[in-house]
Amino acid sequence: MIRVTLPAHLRTLANVGTEVSIDVDGPVTQRSILDALEVRYPVLAGTIRDHVTRQRRPFLRFFACEEDLSHESPDAPVPPAVATGREPFCVIGAIAGG
Amino acid sequence: MSGVRVLVGTRKGAFVLTSDGKRQKWDVGGPFFGGWEIYHMKGSPADPDRIYASQSSGWFGQVLQRSNDGGRTWEAAGNKFVYEGEAGTHQWYDGTPHPWEFKRVWHLEPSPADPDTVYAGVEDAALFRTTDGGQNWHELSGLRKHGSGPRWQPGAGGLCLHTILIDPRNPDRIFVAISAAGAFRTDDGGTTWRPINRGLVSQYIPEPTAEVGHCVHRIAQHRARPDVLYMQKHWDVMRSDDAGDSWREVSGNLPSDFGFVIDVHAHEPETIYVVPIKSDSEHYPPDGKLRVYRSRSGGGEWEALTNGLPQHDCYVNVLRDAMAVDALDDCGIYFGTTGGQVYASANGGDSWAPIVRDLPAVVSVEVQTLPRRSLGEGGR
Repeated sequence: MIRVTLPAHLRTLANVGTEVSIDVDGPVTQRSILDALEVRYPVLAGTIRDHVTRQRRPFLRFFACEEDLSHESPDAPVPPAVATGREPFCVIGAIAGG
Repeated sequence: MSGVRVLVGTRKGAFVLTSDGKRQKWDVGGPFFGGWEIYHMKGSPADPDRIYASQSSGWFGQVLQRSNDGGRTWEAAGNKFVYEGEAGTHQWYDGTPHPWEFKRVWHLEPSPADPDTVYAGVEDAALFRTTDGGQNWHELSGLRKHGSGPRWQPGAGGLCLHTILIDPRNPDRIFVAISAAGAFRTDDGGTTWRPINRGLVSQYIPEPTAEVGHCVHRIAQHRARPDVLYMQKHWDVMRSDDAGDSWREVSGNLPSDFGFVIDVHAHEPETIYVVPIKSDSEHYPPDGKLRVYRSRSGGGEWEALTNGLPQHDCYVNVLRDAMAVDALDDCGIYFGTTGGQVYASANGGDSWAPIVRDLPAVVSVEVQTLPRRSLGEGGR
């Protein structure tokens, strides 16, 4: 199981707690994690990635194992600790606004 | 006894305000979708308990919400707005081509006849329609592709389609308005469109009488006379008596003809309301006085309505979708401000009182006139 943490507004939208667990088929990448997340929680489609371009929304970042993965290829393998479920894949909302 | 349900969209959530026909005591529901921008909420005329809400965020994009119980509970509907075919380009602020990019839904207009059919006006400007209650949205691309689209340019708030009026006699005739492109009309249900901007004069664009490029802020219409349209333009209050084929200015004695909202009395097609704003660089009322202006002659002659409104040190704005009228007798008028007040008049504007004073900045106000049973336990 892959663990994913979501920012507060997306937790409310999906009606879930701080962390969700999802099954990911095949290689564990950012893309496969987000694909599985959107299948499990369809309301999140379009809120993390653009519907058309599939690009990460500009004010969101992806972190895991104390690393910023935001600019990694979406098809690159995530750290083994994420793939084995030892560490969560974190979707973080930028601290912006005021 | 009838009652009213006022749907208020703000920068940080939605609120539902309910009252009986006296409109003196109010219940305040919400916030719903706290922290999200609610550009617009509107109920279905065919099923008043069906309400649609546009929920958006700079972080998380667009979400569409739907309620089937008058706003007590909500469920997410479809949020996929994809332009049909090659998106193409419009003009950017500096005149260079800029690709069409979906940003948010500004306005939702449910069909008068079918609760599952809704039109959505979006930024970057386009018109979408759902016929399955909001699950799937399809662009009526004849508007964006009728020819002038590459010349459309955003206003300060973005290139937004913010006004949708469905002719009550003929659902195939729809009027829309876009900042800063102008007004457009279809007579075939949205397949083909044409600009309807003859008579508009905008000194701030290279060709002041151009076919497109006018920053129309709002259009209003009375159900009994759908060929008569009233417009608050960036500057100028305008009127058309021929379904938009031609316009004439009716700003008359207004202290400023800049503003955003315009609306029509529910029972008097010649009685209209605006809120003058000082200028496009000073988005607050002239002289620090919040005044609604009423014309009983369809424009030209205006009277200030001030009873109950702040008449000193008031520097709020009233945004384009933030005025509405109910269908009770006397007609109720409602508007919301960027200072978080929602004001109501239960007597056609003669006197005003705040329903609430301290909401987040108000973006939109709609009102539903309901039989008492529809108000439920929350309605008085």
